[in-house]
Amino acid sequence: MPAREPKQRSHTFEEVALGFGVDQAIEEANRCLSCKKPKCVDGCPVMVDIPNFIEAVRNGNLSDAAHILKEKNSLPAVCGRVCPQENQCEGLCIIGKKHEPVAIGALERFVADWEAAHIDGSSVVHPKPFGKKVAVIGCGPGGLTCAGDLAKMGYRVTIFEAFHDTGGVLRYGIPEFRLPKEIVDREVNYVKSLGVEIELNMVIGKIHTIAELMESGFEAVFIAVGAGAPVFMGIPGENLIGVYSANEFLTRVNLMKAYCMEEYDTPVITARKVAVIGAGNVAMDAARVALRLGADEVTIVYRRTEAEMPARLEEIHHAKEEGIQFQLLTNPKQILGDDKNRVCGMECIRMELGDRDEGGRRRPVPIEDSEFKIDCDMVIPALGNKANPLLTRNTPGLELNKWGNIIADEKTGATNIPGVFAGGDIVIGAATVIEAMGAGKRAAFAIDRYLRGASLDAEEELSGLPAEKQGA
Amino acid sequence: MIRILTKKTLVPKIKEYVVEAPLIARKARPGNFVLVRVDPKGERIPLTIADSDNGQGTITLVVQEIGKTTTMMGTLEEGAELLDLVGPLGKDREAPPGGQVIGFVSGGLGVAPMYPQTKACYQAGNRVISILGARNKDLLFWMDRIEAISHETYIATDDGSFGIHAYAAQVLEDLIQKGTRFDEVISIGPVPHMKACTNVCKKHGIPVVVSLNPIMVDGTGMCGGCRVTVHGQTYYACVDGPEFDGSGVDFDELSARQRTYLSFEADSLLHYQEEMEGKKHQCALNPAK
Ligand SMILES: Cc1cc2nc3c(=O)[nH]c(=O)nc-3n(C[C@H](O)[C@H](O)[C@H](O)COP(=O)(O)OP(=O)(O)OC[C@H]3O[C@@H](n4cnc5c(N)ncnc54)[C@H](O)[C@@H]3O)c2cc1C
Ligand SMILES: Cc1cc2nc3c(=O)[nH]c(=O)nc-3n(C[C@H](O)[C@H](O)[C@H](O)COP(=O)(O)OP(=O)(O)OC[C@H]3O[C@@H](n4cnc5c(N)ncnc54)[C@H](O)[C@@H]3O)c2cc1C
Ligand code: SF4
Ligand code: SF4
Ligand code: FES
Repeated sequence: MPAREPKQRSHTFEEVALGFGVDQAIEEANRCLSCKKPKCVDGCPVMVDIPNFIEAVRNGNLSDAAHILKEKNSLPAVCGRVCPQENQCEGLCIIGKKHEPVAIGALERFVADWEAAHIDGSSVVHPKPFGKKVAVIGCGPGGLTCAGDLAKMGYRVTIFEAFHDTGGVLRYGIPEFRLPKEIVDREVNYVKSLGVEIELNMVIGKIHTIAELMESGFEAVFIAVGAGAPVFMGIPGENLIGVYSANEFLTRVNLMKAYCMEEYDTPVITARKVAVIGAGNVAMDAARVALRLGADEVTIVYRRTEAEMPARLEEIHHAKEEGIQFQLLTNPKQILGDDKNRVCGMECIRMELGDRDEGGRRRPVPIEDSEFKIDCDMVIPALGNKANPLLTRNTPGLELNKWGNIIADEKTGATNIPGVFAGGDIVIGAATVIEAMGAGKRAAFAIDRYLRGASLDAEEELSGLPAEKQGA
Repeated sequence: MIRILTKKTLVPKIKEYVVEAPLIARKARPGNFVLVRVDPKGERIPLTIADSDNGQGTITLVVQEIGKTTTMMGTLEEGAELLDLVGPLGKDREAPPGGQVIGFVSGGLGVAPMYPQTKACYQAGNRVISILGARNKDLLFWMDRIEAISHETYIATDDGSFGIHAYAAQVLEDLIQKGTRFDEVISIGPVPHMKACTNVCKKHGIPVVVSLNPIMVDGTGMCGGCRVTVHGQTYYACVDGPEFDGSGVDFDELSARQRTYLSFEADSLLHYQEEMEGKKHQCALNPAK
């Protein structure tokens, strides 16, 4: 996909990937073989009808293409940009065996953006929701999807969100240059247009408990509060000034807009040399943000090799182009501070790959006496997120696993408390946007069945709305 | 919805606001705080719920103007609205069951966050001994409120312009020396004040609770920015506190972390003051925003 020049973009927060033009999109669509048994669809957690939407693009029927996409995926403009396609749809595309797979994500993005630019969604009149009340906790992709689907079925849905703004990780985690917030706004406005109410600044578990919500008239609850608790390494020096969890760093910059300190009040330290620990999407985002804030040098420190890096390929590629350095097979031992308690370096040890662990990945083991020092004045541990206990701690009786994630049925999202469903990162641990959306979709179905008194485990097609409810 | 019903200037630069917030008032417990935003481009700042009235559906905030956000808040008049208000946050603090001697030692603004706990402790039937410290007599407030819920009240100023000429921690030391037996001491105020009170208590083997005020962002345990070290372990003040066993707190780390953004904060206040005089500032990284 075309992208802004690395030199130029590494100093702005404008979107990096530029997206296809119509001709490019049609040319790319022409590469698809319209497989009878499309492998790609198996790779997509929500089973988007990929060959058909691509066919519509090929024929220039872009509004049909948008329609096909939205049958399964309510946030195509987001997914086209942030899905790890190489592990999902594109990873299984048959053409990918010999050549580059069809750029499904880029086509998805193209169609969604085309639709936003050409079809005025506001003219569609949605019926006012009626019927029973459902509460959705958390306004990330999981919550938004579940709320939208329930509203389309006629339920009266209220989303409760802890922050003063919508979108969850889409807003506070993923930076503007990768997912413009305009797109998040657009998707949120769509959900609102379906009649969903959004109550901001509501920390559930504190201002209301789940039991209180149910007493006050909500007949079902969907919990999608995300993972949202930072992981530190437990090494000396982690509380020095200049050590940020990726969550704090990204929240300051994205949600509170610290990148624009001339106008916004929330500050963020600007550093000369930044070390980011970890190599997932969160780490790439933190590194690229640090670069844009003006750091001279940003280094990803990762204890395995490039082959094991969990981030999306495109992000690793973009990060490299922008000049992010990589210290692989390296593990931090301690962060060093000066007399003012500020970070002034990091002691690391070199690693090598040893035996395979249960998951089949080769375990990194330290090489004796290989300690060395990295010069840096900011360190960002970006080791993913674990379950935030705030809500679960205040919900007596809700079953959790040993990591604090909510135990919920894979197909329906049902928890052990009747009427309470859960999905997204709070259930499966830090995962992906599309998986959270898939969980939201399945839960909407199950909640509908629950509220109609139907059995939850009935084998029902989970992929779309029941026919009589479509077009609502 | 978040209307300021009344606003009072207690002493120069410290104002008391009664804010309409029925849902929060219903749930507010001693030890809880809220996060406030007053401007779409502004920071989220934590403020203790200094009092609440479930019947009226109000909470009381007492705010000391020290930087841009608190100064901006100071320009809001009765009838104006806060932009965002989230809470109640932080752990609830249970009052001792009764029959104990509890010391409440505040420094400066600390009187306000101390008030709900003092009240709960008094109502639970404990003997309450309050010590209020301030730099000078012009910075003392809520003395009458505290006196009404204390069995003994001592007032001290650093410069001797009112009451006892001493730091509050010194008054605590003197009371202990003269034979007052405290079962527990709660100390709230600036870090040096809490550190001094903790040292006194440690010396005499008295349990001491302090209320820590690190810099916060979300207030829900999501960012880890508010981390503090207590007995060698890291805690998030917003969800594990803000109250902790003073005897284990690394006060020096806390002071250092509070100063993280000192230069930014000074600039920010200066810009604000300039802007009030008509100068404009624009973002360089994303001019569109
Ligand atoms: C920096 C970063 C980059 C990422 N990049 C990618 C990527 O490129 N591709 C990809 O597929 N995935 C990516 N992910 C992962 C993806 O964003 C998450 O898997 C996804 O957002 C999970 O969705 P969710 O709805 O479960 O929760 P979240 O998006 O976490 O939303 C949860 C919401 O609930 C709110 N909440 C929490 N507690 C409460 C409460 N008690 N009461 C009310 N509200 C509450 C939170 O404020 C938040 O708004 C990334 C994650 C991060 C952090
Ligand atoms: C749990 C808790 C309860 C508090 N209760 C009260 C109260 O009842 N009344 C009151 O006047 N103040 C209270 N504070 C302190 C108050 O939050 C800060 O004075 C305020 O954030 C300063 O903001 P500013 O923009 O005006 O000043 P700035 O110039 O931005 O900062 C001045 C100093 O305030 C501290 N500070 C700055 N930003 C934050 C932040 N986001 N979170 C915490 N501290 C910050 C820093 O140490 C900083 O050096 C409390 C703090 C905490 C953590
Ligand atoms: S939603 Fe994601 S995985 Fe599914 S087709 Fe679109 S880009 Fe691929
Ligand atoms: S597998 Fe590839 S070629 Fe086949 S339908 Fe899917 S995208 Fe097209
Ligand atoms: S303020 Fe973010 S974790 Fe406490």
